[in-house]
Amino acid sequence: MSDAAKKFMYVNRRAPYGTVYALEGLEVVLIGAAFDQDVCMAFIDDGVFQLKKGQDTKDSNMKNFSPTYRALGDYEVTKLYVDKESLEQRGLGEDDLMDLTYEDEDDDYNEKPSIRIVSRDELADLMEQQDVILNY
Amino acid sequence: MLHTINKSPFEKNSLDTCLRLAKPGSEILLLEDGVYAAVKGTAVEQKMVQALGDYTVYALGPDLKARGIEEDRLIDGVEVVGYDGFVDLAANSDRVQSWL
Repeated sequence: MSDAAKKFMYVNRRAPYGTVYALEGLEVVLIGAAFDQDVCMAFIDDGVFQLKKGQDTKDSNMKNFSPTYRALGDYEVTKLYVDKESLEQRGLGEDDLMDLTYEDEDDDYNEKPSIRIVSRDELADLMEQQDVILNY
Repeated sequence: MLHTINKSPFEKNSLDTCLRLAKPGSEILLLEDGVYAAVKGTAVEQKMVQALGDYTVYALGPDLKARGIEEDRLIDGVEVVGYDGFVDLAANSDRVQSWL
């Protein structure tokens, strides 16, 4: 990655399916990842529901786009920050989230978790480090 | 860092999440339906008064006017800016976080 790469954070604060924000946001991340930027994602408020395990839209005639999050690692989107308080407010813990991993090319392609549960202070610090913050 | 909020605090949690994650010293601009948070005597007034201790809070004048909110109804300390002020705030910030 070049030194000129800008740091982008995509902030997701909406649940999947009820509105199109989550799907559109995910598509933008995948498109943006082609441009060799330093991309991370934050999941806050109802956005944490996007990462819930076991999504199944068979009976509701909607596209289940949750498997797409598994592709993020291959696009070098390997930092998915999840707000701890938002999880707790919704009765969720790390075990309720999809098992998302990436292969670390700097470490013999070992599989590592992409999801990192962060506190409000860590999240605030991360936002301050970005060049661009985009919200969905 | 400039944070903007364009949703009513009575409908969405954008204000709450912004206040939870914005660092003290940041600027917060209320615009569109976000300006309802700037009004005195509401259920969120206490929250805003507290926020004014940590942040500089602005409200967009044309959006207040559109909603019939007179400036004397605003919580003390909230600064009213026009579109030019909005541009200045954005231009003088390293980054902008719009809490949709």
